[in-house]
Amino acid sequence: MRRRLAALAAALCGGLAIVQLALADERGHAAAAAPPAVSSASLVASGRALFESSCSACHGIGAGGIHGRGPSLRGVGALAADFYLQTGRMPLSASRAEPLRTRPAFPQRQIRALVAYVASFGGPAVPDVQPGRGSLADGERLFALDCAGCHTIQGQGGIVTGAIAPSLNQASPRQVGEAVRVGPYVMPRFGEAEISAAQLDSLARYVQYLQHPENRGGWGIGRIGPIPEGMVAWLLGAAALLLVARVIGERREDDPEERETHHG
Amino acid sequence: MSRRSARDPVEFVEERLGGARGLRFLMSYVFPDHWSFLLGEVALYAFVVLIATGTFLALFFSPDLGTAVYHGSDPALQGQSISSAYASTLKLSYHVSGGLLMRQTHHWAALLFLAAITLHLLRIVFTGAFRKPRDINYFIGVTLLALAILEGFAGYSLPDDLLSGMGLAIAWAVAMSLPLIGGPFATALWGGRFPGTSVFESRLYIAHVFVLPAILATLIAVHLAIIMRQRHSQFPGPGRREDNVVGTPMWPAYALRSLGLFAAVAAVLVLMGGLIQINPVWLWGPYHPYLGTNGAQPDWYLGWLIGALRLMPNLEISVFGHTLVPNPFFGGVLFPTVVFALLYALPWLDRRFISRDPARHDLLQSPRENPRRTALAAAVFSAVAIVFAAGSADRMFFQFGFGYEGAIWFFRGAFLAIPVAVFVITRRICLELAVEREHPLRGWSGRIVARDASGGFAPVDAGSTISEASDHGGST
Amino acid sequence: MASRLWKALVVLVLWAWGALRPRRRARARRREVDPSRRDAGSPAWVERTLLGLLAAIPLSCAAFAVLYILDPNTQLLGLALGAALALLAAALILAGKRLLPQETKVEERPIPGDRQAVDEVLEQAHAATDGITRRGLLLGAAGAAGAGLTAAVAVPVVALGPGIEDQLSRTPWHAGRALVDEQGAPLAAAAIREGSFVTAFPEGADKENLDAPVVLVRVDPASLRASSERAGWAPMGILAYSKICTHAACAISLYRAPLSPSTQSRGPALVCPCHYSTFDVLDSGRVEFGPAGRPLPQLPLSIDAQGTLRAAGPLSGPVGPSWWGDAR
Repeated sequence: MRRRLAALAAALCGGLAIVQLALADERGHAAAAAPPAVSSASLVASGRALFESSCSACHGIGAGGIHGRGPSLRGVGALAADFYLQTGRMPLSASRAEPLRTRPAFPQRQIRALVAYVASFGGPAVPDVQPGRGSLADGERLFALDCAGCHTIQGQGGIVTGAIAPSLNQASPRQVGEAVRVGPYVMPRFGEAEISAAQLDSLARYVQYLQHPENRGGWGIGRIGPIPEGMVAWLLGAAALLLVARVIGERREDDPEERETHHG
Repeated sequence: MSRRSARDPVEFVEERLGGARGLRFLMSYVFPDHWSFLLGEVALYAFVVLIATGTFLALFFSPDLGTAVYHGSDPALQGQSISSAYASTLKLSYHVSGGLLMRQTHHWAALLFLAAITLHLLRIVFTGAFRKPRDINYFIGVTLLALAILEGFAGYSLPDDLLSGMGLAIAWAVAMSLPLIGGPFATALWGGRFPGTSVFESRLYIAHVFVLPAILATLIAVHLAIIMRQRHSQFPGPGRREDNVVGTPMWPAYALRSLGLFAAVAAVLVLMGGLIQINPVWLWGPYHPYLGTNGAQPDWYLGWLIGALRLMPNLEISVFGHTLVPNPFFGGVLFPTVVFALLYALPWLDRRFISRDPARHDLLQSPRENPRRTALAAAVFSAVAIVFAAGSADRMFFQFGFGYEGAIWFFRGAFLAIPVAVFVITRRICLELAVEREHPLRGWSGRIVARDASGGFAPVDAGSTISEASDHGGST
Repeated sequence: MASRLWKALVVLVLWAWGALRPRRRARARRREVDPSRRDAGSPAWVERTLLGLLAAIPLSCAAFAVLYILDPNTQLLGLALGAALALLAAALILAGKRLLPQETKVEERPIPGDRQAVDEVLEQAHAATDGITRRGLLLGAAGAAGAGLTAAVAVPVVALGPGIEDQLSRTPWHAGRALVDEQGAPLAAAAIREGSFVTAFPEGADKENLDAPVVLVRVDPASLRASSERAGWAPMGILAYSKICTHAACAISLYRAPLSPSTQSRGPALVCPCHYSTFDVLDSGRVEFGPAGRPLPQLPLSIDAQGTLRAAGPLSGPVGPSWWGDAR
């Protein structure tokens, strides 16, 4: 998708040469990666039918894009299509809204068809991410450098002026890899030159680790640092101590009946 | 304990130091009964827990920024080059038995220490307990608050994790922002340019484990000695006058209740330290000046300063091509200075302008009895509270979808508008309540009885006692 | 789940507060009782409960000790010690409120304010200067002596700070210096692609130095709005900005890189995660939003014959937060 978008922008502005250079680079990478699904002609055909009915309002007939509503999807490949559909980010309810993770709108079979249709225009394939091959410590270092600024160092999500950076609690390794390569919405994207396939494995492994971290300290209270800590301090700690103060702050209420039964 | 066995130690001390008289004074010292009088005690006991747990931590922490390759238990940091300070904090959390319990208890205790001080301050301000003769002790209390904030900041800045490093970067920028002297001042403090070296870490360490705690402990001792000298203040009630104290004597019942409070404070802190995770430094990772994480926040008691830094529009004042007032000065220096100046000036402001009452007062006021002071204080605190809330506008955006830039503009407007509304509404509520008889903060509320000539008890009109107690209270 | 827990907690606290407040009627009845009455003696259940509470404390403490040696699990340790303390608190409070005699005492408050004593003190103090003719001069001399001594004692403070000029104005960037990544590998211009961002350092310099880190981004050269004096600073549309925020020295670790310019109104920007100062990448690092008072310093770049990125000059302004010594 990025390639086509860049091409669109470049056509508007007149900087075509650079983009074509980058395109060639990207195609080479796509050919190297294994295709994720069988893209038989019938799958593409059913994908096209689904696309025309569900996606073309914004992305145009033939996925050519509609200016101001939705970008062209020619050349974005299976990579972007799979990411946006599997994480429920597409279809959008409003064309200018930020795509956020929800339940996928289509069943798996239809997603496969749509991905096959978008991939039929060419473009990068879904990266093959194997967290098992990655190094956790490398992942931490890379995450701190390239991801923590928006997603927080604990992967709990954050903000940038104008957009939300989502929590990574539900991101699968494959989706982490796709997001890194696609750069959805306002996220930067990272090619092989910036984050190699091996480093991507490490990153995915670190994200997996963040999803099941060792909360040695006890209840993790969201793992976003001092805000929930302060809330717990006040609502739990200070509240409990106020109750104790309330109990002992005053002399016992004298209960004549109780006293009488005791003395009697 | 039998009378005989108790006799020996008391005699021992009396014959050598003559302490029996003082002991008798202590045992019969009267504590007026009210739950809100215990807030300062909660802070005191949290401080004791801080000293105890802090001593344990100091035995294992190494204030050294020299780096080494990490080969400890944490899987995500293996092979990374990290500082000794960070490594020793990790070791303390992973390998020292009970180390993590102590560290978490220490951190929770710091949060609650400041929460208790804040609540205590609110009680003092809203009941007029800062008035003569307690103004002198009030100044000590406000100083304790300021020092406790510094102490807390120094504490969570020590481990050299990503969060503490980012906090120190901001502190350095705030120090740099002092007009004219900022550069030399910050450079002298850090022993060089930020991030500095082990020189700075060891200064921070000495400040946190020795200098600030010593000053805090001394001031707390003076604070308590002055209370003992002046006796506690009390709410008005039957038999309670300016020149007496009515309440439970220290021995026996109050001592046990107070020790019970100490045990309760320690219990809450240890339970929180054991069960609720706080500042998991192993998940924050090491700090480098070129790293940053979203959602970096200070501990809650500095939330009002990050709020002020974020709310401030991008103004910088320069003259002759030099920056005279850098931006962090407004939120990081000016705002807290104004707030603390208002707190320090409160006894004088109250005497001169708010209550216009220079007299000595040992009887407290219910907030409603002094609508002007209550409303003004509520307005000032609401302004601070709004700035505090603005400090978490990023999290509100993430959690609830309020756009960040819009929220900042909203808070800027609220900072100007809400205190005015709070003033008007609080004043109105006070005036309405003053007519009624329900006294939420009052130890003795409802009907007040007096012994009449025939020896029986009869209710007395509550309103008359109140007006006696606040003859210059500014209430209508 | 968590939010439900929060709500339950708030409700619980409010309820407990209300439940522990003596009811209005009970209160009114209580106030009829003479506060000066001393109540001694307690119901039998109090002593039984106290015995139970006290007996449980050693058990809990023993559990703590055993756990500490055998299995120092933070949660179990906290539970054991916290339970012991909570039992102790319950026992002490129960004893203080139910077992021991309840009494209300009245103590006279000592009210100081002896004018005569004040007068006497002043009189005695002034008596010391009787017969001294040059009182003012002597006092002045004593003051000067005190000030001198204070200054002499304060001089060692200088040892804390090194000279500042070289500390704050040194910079590792000069024309020809190569840019390397975090691992020290030289960065090729072709490796920086649109939509990406890379943290770079001057070759061979200390990465922990605030002047060192820069952020590299690449944009369409036609979209740049830079002034003519910065023409040529961004070969192939590659821009380098200092990574240290000009507001409060945090690392600019957010890059807002819109994927779809036709549907997204905001352009690319670098954002600081501490106070969300937002810097326009296309417009020379201008502050678009947030508290930063100064644009982000830009590093002019050049590409050498091997395609490696090199600095073409020093940074366009002082790095990090502003202070008096910054030449604007």
